[in-house]
Amino acid sequence: MILTIALRELKNLFLSPLAWAILAVVQLIMAYLFLSQLDTFMLLQPRLAGIEGAPGVTDIVVAPVLQTAGFLLLLVAPAITMRVFSDEKRNRTLALLLSAPVSMTEIVLGKFLGVTLFFILLLLMLAAMPLALYAGTSLDAGKLAAGLLGLALLLASFAAVGIFMSTLTEQPVIAAISSFGLLLLLWIIDWSGGGREEMTGLFHYLSLQTHLQSFLKGLFSSADLIYYLLLIATFLVLSIRRLDQQRLTG
Amino acid sequence: MDAKILISVEQLYRYYGHYLAVEAISFELNQGEVLGLLGPNGAGKSSTMQMISGNLAPSAGRIRINGIDLLDDPKRAKAEIGYLPEQPPVYRDLTVDEYLGYCARLHRVSKARRGPAVRQAKQRCGLGGVGRRLIGNLSKGFQQRVGIAQAILHNPAVVILDEPTVGLDPNQIRDIRSLIRELGESHGIILSTHILPEVQATCTRVQIIHQGRLVFAQTIQELEQRLTSHVLLLETRQPLDATGLATVPGIDDVELLGASRARLHFTDSNPADAVAAYVASAGLGLVELALDRQTLEQVFVELTCSDRPDTVEHAA
Repeated sequence: MILTIALRELKNLFLSPLAWAILAVVQLIMAYLFLSQLDTFMLLQPRLAGIEGAPGVTDIVVAPVLQTAGFLLLLVAPAITMRVFSDEKRNRTLALLLSAPVSMTEIVLGKFLGVTLFFILLLLMLAAMPLALYAGTSLDAGKLAAGLLGLALLLASFAAVGIFMSTLTEQPVIAAISSFGLLLLLWIIDWSGGGREEMTGLFHYLSLQTHLQSFLKGLFSSADLIYYLLLIATFLVLSIRRLDQQRLTG
Repeated sequence: MDAKILISVEQLYRYYGHYLAVEAISFELNQGEVLGLLGPNGAGKSSTMQMISGNLAPSAGRIRINGIDLLDDPKRAKAEIGYLPEQPPVYRDLTVDEYLGYCARLHRVSKARRGPAVRQAKQRCGLGGVGRRLIGNLSKGFQQRVGIAQAILHNPAVVILDEPTVGLDPNQIRDIRSLIRELGESHGIILSTHILPEVQATCTRVQIIHQGRLVFAQTIQELEQRLTSHVLLLETRQPLDATGLATVPGIDDVELLGASRARLHFTDSNPADAVAAYVASAGLGLVELALDRQTLEQVFVELTCSDRPDTVEHAA
């Protein structure tokens, strides 16, 4: 049942030109960044060749590209998630799901899975660029895989936050702006807290970015994995609660 | 065969903040019944239907669908329901076939039965020719029919239709009414409407909701009896003579409305033939002789405009 809703959500996304436009724009910008990063590497390569244990192509090209991809997707993810529940509420189609024999958890999980599948497709398209480097050189496959996994977890968190925001309002634009705001806050939160030690630690832990960075370095640490899973679970539970509560207050 | 109780609603309450929208509504619906919910705007019809369909949680009360408590076991209870809200819940970007296929999957119709179920629902709602068209490009009437198709697709025990004939043309209304009657034979149906003749045409039971309370609940037969007139309306060319009319057998009382118009009250059988004979023999020149029927509309107005003076009610 979750899968039925997820596939419907995914197909719905592709029925609107928005998803196609986002895929195209993201691909274009990332291709440009990837090529310019590759150029930098070509310039540095002769000098790097002489250094023992110098960073390789994975560190100089792939990691920064994936890092930028994370931030770029933070900008576009709200545009994908904004319609998930707001549109259903605005068009009064939520009644179809609510009167069908499915639980609220199944509805939210289905929607989340659908949006995450879309992001995974997007990620696969981005991954094609670094993978193309295999034609001319060899990559650190472990680092690449860790980086992609980190990005996938990041995108799933974007989906969860965005879906929660779209349960709050009937206006997709408001859902988009508020999820963008929350995501950006979580992204930059470790910039502050300069003075006190314990605050820095907390803000550092809360930041979406710091956890991505360790994945990009090729570190697969369960603490980072748990951070993302906790974030996703929190916002999905909040979404379910929110929808249940709407049925109570009308 | 004993009729099965498909819906039982007990002491249903619904508050919106401090506003009491539905107050102590209780009723039962048996298999083979079509229940018409009537009421002025904002009376609580839609809220009641939303609660029965699980879209809205009641503030208090109990709803059982086919013996399954909606609040305790919502999944199993909802499997027995087909619901058409006021606005058909259709995805405008999908074709009719895609949409109905999705609905069938949502309602866990098995893969083998999905195709036939969609085909049957389409055929019943007259959607045969538009299966591959986008719902957003269809007219309001067709969208409404897609909504009805969605509600009956999985062959639920109970079908709840909130104003099903809104936006349909007269031919479609006739089709949908006969569909409702047909469904009503094997299922239990609740429908709400503003169109009073529709209730008399399709329903077996009528309930009127006013200000959140159930103010009238009768079967159509009881209603017909209540509506059976005991008044004849007579109009002639020549002036009428009240005392002469009163001698006609069967007439209890004569009420002159003008020189040549009168209301004739009777109790048992209709004395129209005797009145006609009297008018003919007296050479008064018959213009009109008709039963002065009380309509459902009058009952409705009486019950839902309780603050109006009596005179207004009877003048209608």
